[in-house]
Amino acid sequence: MMNNNPKNLSSTKLFLLNFSRKKLGVICLILVSAIYLIGIFAPLLAPYDYSETNLLKTQSGPDLENLLGTDRLGRDILSRVIWGIQTTVIVTITGLLTGSLFLGLFLGLLAGYYRGIFDFVVMRTGELVSSFPDILLIILLAATLRPRITNIFYSIEDNLNISGLVSSGIIDYLVIGIALLPLSWFGTMRLIRAQVFSIRNVDYVQSARTSGASTFRIVTRHVLPNVIAPLIVTATFGLGAVALSEVILSFFGLGVQPPRPSLGAMLADVSGRGGSSVSVLTSHPEQLLSPIIIIWIMIFCWNIIGDALTDILNPRKN
Amino acid sequence: MLNYILRRIFWMPILLLLVSLIVFFLGVYGPGDPVEVQLGNNFDEQSANRIREKMGLNDPFFIQWANYIGNALTGDFRESYVFKNRSVSELLLPKLIVSAKLNLISFGIALAVGIPLGFYAAINYGNPKDPLVVIFALIFYAMPVFFTAPFLILIFALQLDLVPVSGWGGIFDKRIILPALTIGIPGAAVFVRLIRSSMIEVLDTDYIKLARAKGVSENMVLWKHAFRNALLPVVTIMGFSLAGLFGGSLIVELLFGIPGIGRISLDSVYSRDYPVIMAIVLIGSSALVIANLIIDFVYTLIDPRIGME
Repeated sequence: MMNNNPKNLSSTKLFLLNFSRKKLGVICLILVSAIYLIGIFAPLLAPYDYSETNLLKTQSGPDLENLLGTDRLGRDILSRVIWGIQTTVIVTITGLLTGSLFLGLFLGLLAGYYRGIFDFVVMRTGELVSSFPDILLIILLAATLRPRITNIFYSIEDNLNISGLVSSGIIDYLVIGIALLPLSWFGTMRLIRAQVFSIRNVDYVQSARTSGASTFRIVTRHVLPNVIAPLIVTATFGLGAVALSEVILSFFGLGVQPPRPSLGAMLADVSGRGGSSVSVLTSHPEQLLSPIIIIWIMIFCWNIIGDALTDILNPRKN
Repeated sequence: MLNYILRRIFWMPILLLLVSLIVFFLGVYGPGDPVEVQLGNNFDEQSANRIREKMGLNDPFFIQWANYIGNALTGDFRESYVFKNRSVSELLLPKLIVSAKLNLISFGIALAVGIPLGFYAAINYGNPKDPLVVIFALIFYAMPVFFTAPFLILIFALQLDLVPVSGWGGIFDKRIILPALTIGIPGAAVFVRLIRSSMIEVLDTDYIKLARAKGVSENMVLWKHAFRNALLPVVTIMGFSLAGLFGGSLIVELLFGIPGIGRISLDSVYSRDYPVIMAIVLIGSSALVIANLIIDFVYTLIDPRIGME
């Protein structure tokens, strides 16, 4: 990485240059960005509302009016996929911000820098969480949390005399967000902690400390920039897992609730929670394949991008 | 290292106690009243109270928990709320065996396909064959089971009529092939990537360069020197695969109608059958923690570089 830097490019430019050499990585980045943009602009892009039914035109194949056909209630599949992507976008971005960035980075920096009892508690808590079979823990959390959170929101609505909070679907995202939290934070935290350990005693950090720099300054100025690269890599790999977990939760009816669409809920709806997948695949393949292809592309691309980033950012592979 | 393992052994029971505390907390304060589940339509306050007293539900939380742990240690996980008069252990044991068999075969497929392909990709590092293998591995890795399962059924059961559509008949029954492939294919992709990267790393080390410089034959270098060392990370991943024994086959069991542990864990979550859920999570966590401990131990045995000082 260092030796092919003839023009003294800044590290950001060099990074972009290296990434642009990974053709597949670039293609995947474009694909994922396109999917995310579709999700963000779902209200503008979706030709119909996700819950708008047309009972005169159910299970119809693709035509000009409904580009991907309609489901058994006559809902437009294209619109439902677009709105379903929005759910994925919300869940992955909140997952990234809360799990990886906030908890993982924050606790990792603190545990790595202060060590001692704080480090001990954080590490043991992480070990405790990761000794659960993860998908079971997610399902269990989602199932037990939902009624509690729903009650809390109903009482908020009653006390403040507002309405629409429960029907806005915010509970779904909260339940999914909390249930997926154990999945994402510990890996990031451990990685950041190890990075902090390794640069803690490096000369320039030591000399910054002797010259009287505050802990906050040392952490933000010297430690943080060094942990950004590995953070990006783990976060990228984590996004695929978070997206897939939401699909699985919603498939089992424990995530996003109907009529709000999610790719997982669509799969469950179309295939009778798996029972009739085969007959749907033969009679109306577009109903099953539309959500599946989006999931497939997303998981594939997040991994390719993660691989490309590892290649570029891993200093061992010069 | 020995010190580290001893510390782990000491920490393990505490960890499992804490796991049980969390699960028990979710069970007691989770939604749904066990007495209501048990009485169903015959619910009245008087009989409800009698049952509560009998089940010890009126005791303080920690007393209930201690009682539960005491019984669980002797293998008694109470009775299921839903399946009347059946103990949880009696209910779960056959299903555990089913899932274990399915996952064993899947793991075998993953190893048998993944290791040779990963090896093939690594020795072709630098020419187009390597990225091709990697991309295909990733395509299969990312393939959602929601697609794999019906697709395999459609091709092999309905079109070619080679195997029955669904059901279960043990390891030596044709019906295990499709579900095992559904789990095994993405698993194989994991091993392809693992073996590939670890082979490439090993092939770049000084001792391989020395062996080549000494004129050791290429076959000898690849198989005797490189491959054996590259296999080490596989041991690490085995622990995670054991964890998959509980969760990984959840959807697959559902799609293929296999009476395994994934199926019943889902059913018990839906029906709020907490004794069953608690037992599954406890058994799963214990298996996971013990497996990881054993793997750490095995690692120190097979890799002399990690000393036992």
